[in-house]
Amino acid sequence: MLNVSGLACSRGERRLFADVGFSLAAGEWLHVQGENGSGKTSLMRLLVGLSPADAGTVSWRDGATPSVEFRRDLIYLGHHAAVKEDLTPLENLRLAAALDGIELDERAALAALIRLGLRGREELPVRVLSAGQKRRVLLARLLTRPAVLWVLDEAFNALDVAAVKLLGDLIAEHLAGGGMAVLTSHQPLPVPGGKALVL
Amino acid sequence: MNAFFATVRRDLLLAMRRKSEVLTAVFFFVIVTSLFPLGIGPEPVLLKKIAPGILWVAALLATLLGLPRLFAADHVDGTLEQMALSPSPLGLLVAGKILAHWLLCGLPLVLLAPVLGLQFDLDASALGILTLALLLGTPLLSLIGAIGAALTLGVRGGGVLLALLILPLYIPALIFGAGAVEAHIAGLEVGGHLSLLAAMLVLAAFFAPWATTAALRIALE
Repeated sequence: MLNVSGLACSRGERRLFADVGFSLAAGEWLHVQGENGSGKTSLMRLLVGLSPADAGTVSWRDGATPSVEFRRDLIYLGHHAAVKEDLTPLENLRLAAALDGIELDERAALAALIRLGLRGREELPVRVLSAGQKRRVLLARLLTRPAVLWVLDEAFNALDVAAVKLLGDLIAEHLAGGGMAVLTSHQPLPVPGGKALVL
Repeated sequence: MNAFFATVRRDLLLAMRRKSEVLTAVFFFVIVTSLFPLGIGPEPVLLKKIAPGILWVAALLATLLGLPRLFAADHVDGTLEQMALSPSPLGLLVAGKILAHWLLCGLPLVLLAPVLGLQFDLDASALGILTLALLLGTPLLSLIGAIGAALTLGVRGGGVLLALLILPLYIPALIFGAGAVEAHIAGLEVGGHLSLLAAMLVLAAFFAPWATTAALRIALE
């Protein structure tokens, strides 16, 4: 369903990578590896369509990207917190869904936050939460937004042992349900199977 | 359209949690327009003559104060990226943000203008025209300003650059907005001025969100 071929990217004079290609079918995931500065994040941004590639194509369900259909099927979580510090986790989650055009009722949002271990924190402003808890607020979006392709850039950062396992479980469930994932990480990931791509 | 109203609601909610940022612009408007009558003294004829220009220039600068923050916070914390990747059209979300900016920074100026105009000895009908001109003009300022805010996003010293970029574009709004009140005081017809303001508003409402979206996509690359 996801077909990537001949992707190339350079920053200024420096060529980061060239001729990167892979394809993912339902239930498969890709582990993008590489040293610091090898272009993992750049690859992720090209993949989701935030920045244009020097060469190459990304196609989704046999259609060119970026398209509305692709964005509907996609969740991208990058390095940024992407949560509003002044709002509570509950408000953050519900407003993020509303911006995507999805009506998310309070019960579903609460259930997602509880699954991510934020019980009792849902009415506090995000500002007072720890870095790992902020990360969990963001990850709760994986549960509330129906998407087929998860693109997670260093999603395991700042998470404690329990949360790493939880995220691994979430990804495994997602794959078992016919989803796909592209992940970057320096650690071995607690998700079985998976293709590897070394930049 | 739900995403549009959700964006407006979100930005209003965020502003309510951080009231000082909104109140700065409003207080700036009140203080600046109050300084002139105090500095010039009780000279009704002169005050009446300069009133439209001063109120409009103050409104313009007050709008400019809030503009650098329009997209900056969302850019820094990554929510802008999420908006760009949302299934909802980015243009719609941007339009929602611009409307929220006007509700927070423009509408209070419109509502305050009749009160502040009293300091300049404007009569009731002139105050009415002033309010109407600002009602048409301030959304125009927000719309044009959003393009500048998007273009200068992430640029160091962007605030100054924004002013240099946007203030010249505000000149037509200033001329026709202040001109409407001046014409009314001189006993002339104001329909032409207001129609031109309205025409510019319609044009900007159509093109500005689109231009802003294009600039934001470049800033995100």
